[in-house]
Amino acid sequence: MAGTAEAQKQIAEVTGDYKYGFVTDIDMDMAPKGLSEEVIRFISAKKEEPEWMLEWRLRAYALWLKMEEPDWAKVSFPKIDYQDAYYFAAPKKKDGPKSLDEVDPELLATYEKLGIPIREQEVLAGVQGSAKVAVDAVFDSVSVATTFREELKKAGVIFMSISEAIREYPDMVKKYLASVVPVRDNYFAALNCAVFTDGTFVYVPKGVRCPMELSTYFRINAENTGQFERTLIVADEGSYVSYLEGCTAPMRDENQLHAAVVELIALDDAEIKYSTVQNWYPGDKNGKGGIYNFVTKRALCKGKNSKVSWTQVETGSAVTWKYPSCVLAGEGSVGEFYSVAVTNNYQQADTGTKMIHMAPNTRSTIISKGISAGKSQNTYRGLVKVLSGAENVRNYTQCDSLLVSSECGAHTVPYIEVKNPTAQIEHEATTSKISEDQLFYCRARGLGEEEAVAMIVNGFCKEVMQHLPMEFAVEAQKLLGISLEGSVG
Amino acid sequence: MLKINDLHISVGDKEIVKGLSLEIKPGETHAIMGLNGAGKSTLAATIAGRDDYDVTSGSIEFESKDLLELEPHERVGEGLFLGFQYPVEIPGVSNLNFLRTALNSIRKYRGLDEMSAAEFMKLVREKAKTLGMDPEMLKRFVNVGFSGGEKKRNEMVQMAVLDPKLAILDETDSGLDIDALKTVAEGINAQRRDDTAILLITHYQRLLSYVQPDVVHVMIDGRIVKSGGKELALELEEKGYADVA
Repeated sequence: MAGTAEAQKQIAEVTGDYKYGFVTDIDMDMAPKGLSEEVIRFISAKKEEPEWMLEWRLRAYALWLKMEEPDWAKVSFPKIDYQDAYYFAAPKKKDGPKSLDEVDPELLATYEKLGIPIREQEVLAGVQGSAKVAVDAVFDSVSVATTFREELKKAGVIFMSISEAIREYPDMVKKYLASVVPVRDNYFAALNCAVFTDGTFVYVPKGVRCPMELSTYFRINAENTGQFERTLIVADEGSYVSYLEGCTAPMRDENQLHAAVVELIALDDAEIKYSTVQNWYPGDKNGKGGIYNFVTKRALCKGKNSKVSWTQVETGSAVTWKYPSCVLAGEGSVGEFYSVAVTNNYQQADTGTKMIHMAPNTRSTIISKGISAGKSQNTYRGLVKVLSGAENVRNYTQCDSLLVSSECGAHTVPYIEVKNPTAQIEHEATTSKISEDQLFYCRARGLGEEEAVAMIVNGFCKEVMQHLPMEFAVEAQKLLGISLEGSVG
Repeated sequence: MLKINDLHISVGDKEIVKGLSLEIKPGETHAIMGLNGAGKSTLAATIAGRDDYDVTSGSIEFESKDLLELEPHERVGEGLFLGFQYPVEIPGVSNLNFLRTALNSIRKYRGLDEMSAAEFMKLVREKAKTLGMDPEMLKRFVNVGFSGGEKKRNEMVQMAVLDPKLAILDETDSGLDIDALKTVAEGINAQRRDDTAILLITHYQRLLSYVQPDVVHVMIDGRIVKSGGKELALELEEKGYADVA
């Protein structure tokens, strides 16, 4: 795979500006500005939700009002005015598209610019034997198109927008929603409960290996609109599912808030693989604009020998506050976290994971690669916790930081709490600056300076990248190159 | 092919190369011999474009192009290769990926299409075999965990694949046992053609028994103090630098 050659091609295309900075002009059906009970009622009504869901949202809102925005992360940004944003924006609904032909062509054009494979002939025609990716595309809060649903249905896999699931599978949603991330878990999670507008629901039945990778593309489009995604994935006994999440956002001056909640539940012997490539607008070279990404992602390894693996490549957003975690409640369950976080210019990332070992013989692995460039700040913050009843727990943590410039910061903040003496916890951390010798060696073999940086950084991230599904790995390699563009010197 | 005229190079306030001139024509193999600190490696790195060194005056022309105006990778595109005294480790990047990216970058610079994966593999396997490199080494990360000899052999494989017009080999012979030295020498000799040139930078005469140079230069304190035929190397070995100069 000539990843870096690809990266260079991409760099040439990008020519210094955020590639995905364009705005689709579609009439918006907006909620009034600001946050209030009325707005929540408006959202719930727009989504045609049952009464119980509205009540649930209102309770979350009441809780949120009493909570304080957290300030412990190593990030700083102007105070968010929650009344100065729109909480619901959806493309105008005519009769509800029955197929892609009925989808607003401008929407499809936007996807095309993004290179989203929704229009790919293969996917649409369902060509046998081709790499199958089911795309549930979220465009400004409403799922406009879902492909492959039929084939998934045959396997018994439910893959739909959370709004639909609330209407069609209310019992399942009631059972699992907020069962991993409680409403009161944190400020942003509570806010999400009150105002989430869409997201994805996945249920994989007992013993089923999901026949394809599931993929959702998120995209923030309306000016000043927070995107509050809600994702719920349940893997029943002995099942397996791989889920891909990737995102881009158009360029905006105003900071946009994104506060998603993702909950994963793995029952006995089930496995969930969740991969993210996050490329939201990081702000310009002077730190103006960009997305605030305050996400709560947590998995519950509820069943015996269940396994959850988080893999993330984070290159975007102005401010990232994100800790995909695993609660290892089932005996012998396994949690994994593989992360690459790149920050450039004035980006700030405070990201890591929590591995909570509640049951005996549980194991976790954490591999974190932080790359800081420009004047950015990149923090790994992780917790490994072993409860007293959890015998024979093992954890291995490796945190490596690579500094590309001399004005950036890399920080590693590991917390380890062990209440059982049989636990084996290993922690390794390194920090290094990208070496002049390596750069010159690459350049003396014909690589341009940025190509050389991209190659060295991709090598540095190898252990994480190899956990990404193939089609994602290629995209992620390109992203690393693009994100570090102009970072040398 | 290479024309260096009255070159002065400084690092910080210190002048390392103090007025050096050298001309290498196609088909020739030159050797620059000198003790540690004579400025040999500084010269090699400067020709390749390392920016830690300041060229305060003089010129370097490569095939009538002003080399000092070009970025390091552009110099490679023009046909230059520097074999490193201490080849650098790049963790996480396989030898194959590294070489393929390098080769395609050069091809791109020359306006050629990328080489297909199959064609590339054939080329690399063939060169590795000729130079006695275990094909498994190609999958390993660049120079990571390689012995000194393996690293130098790797440099030779890179040179063979990239096929430069002018190869500058900086102490390629240092730290090699006799078998490795012979392999490296074979690699260099295979690269000698009417349309290519080699500049060997070395401390000892040893390598020159296997790669016979057309011209030998003696470098002392930033200058070439004497030039001659291959017999000059033997003379140096016998009498030492002080007497010959």
